Amino acid sequence: MKCNRCGERAEIKLRQHNAAFCRTCFVPLLQKHVRRSIRKQKMFSLDEHILVAVSGGKDSLALWDILIELGYQTTGLHLSLGIGDYSDQSTELAVAFAEARNLPLLNISLREEGLAVDDATAFTNRPACSACGTLKRHYFDKLAIDRGFPVVATGHNLDDEAARLLGNVLHWQMDYLARQKPVLEPTHERFVRKVKPLYRTTEFESAAYCFFRKIDYILDECPNSAGATQLKHKEVMNQLEAASPGTKLSFVQDFLERARPMMQSEANRPPLTCEGCGMPSFTERCSRCRLVREVQTKRARYADRARSE
Amino acid sequence: MRITILPERKTVELSGRRLVSNVLRDLGYLPGTAMVIRGDELIPEGEMIEADDEIEIRSVISGGI
Repeated sequence: MKCNRCGERAEIKLRQHNAAFCRTCFVPLLQKHVRRSIRKQKMFSLDEHILVAVSGGKDSLALWDILIELGYQTTGLHLSLGIGDYSDQSTELAVAFAEARNLPLLNISLREEGLAVDDATAFTNRPACSACGTLKRHYFDKLAIDRGFPVVATGHNLDDEAARLLGNVLHWQMDYLARQKPVLEPTHERFVRKVKPLYRTTEFESAAYCFFRKIDYILDECPNSAGATQLKHKEVMNQLEAASPGTKLSFVQDFLERARPMMQSEANRPPLTCEGCGMPSFTERCSRCRLVREVQTKRARYADRARSE
Repeated sequence: MRITILPERKTVELSGRRLVSNVLRDLGYLPGTAMVIRGDELIPEGEMIEADDEIEIRSVISGGI
């Protein structure tokens, strides 16, 4: 198989584009595609300092690498989630990436901040992914605001967006659909702009990018993700993609261009301010503060019970 | 051929010379959900894996929520 650009041996075939590329052509091509997404969606400019959320996985490390190669000013943000060995390994990889390239990285331990994901799942009935998402969203905004970053970039890819869109459509989650876009402008003084520069990049492309660029990322799957609904939605989308290449891209792209603008009014409801932490919330207390309170209450109850036994 | 499957860290043996896409299909992978690696290079769908090759199949799917 030959590279569509230079005719050398191809190492990657992109079925959605009916094209194949060698690594020498693929790497700058993907960087160029991401730059096009950033510009088209007006995500950020070269003058802005971007906080890049880095998990230690392939997507966020590929994103950080691409942004650096494109000349953007970046600082990494790694949240050590407190999910056993998985989090320890993820942290090591994020730190190693930053150190090898002499890049600034904020490395925040949720356990030291008072509530790790393992605590949330041990003391509440919430699914681990729900608690994890709540904590991540809270700290992305809080740390960006506290340290003066105007924008947080995350490594959400096309597969994530297609699976999320499918889930939102299956349940007609109108609020979520209205907010599903590659640029989320702040609707509260303690929100920052959130952007997804890889929203048109597949998981396969970001994994291949890391392979070609020799970026070490965590291969293990999060232990909490077994049986996660998003993975089931991804499998359905991958089956559709296998039958009809390009389905994922057109599903997300057509939604953004044709359907989502009709949902604009749903997205305009401004948040309140959380009574607990002052961060934005759609209820009196934000979901992170409710989670913290639930864990504290149950932890105290278990401690009382243990003392009385 | 000897195949290492990641992240499960499993090893399987298949006989004969085979197409990448057939190996992926036989091991239960949909197209675009795993990289096939031989040494320092990726092998795209449509190419052959030789009977005496040692390869790695690395899933690219991640997620939660």
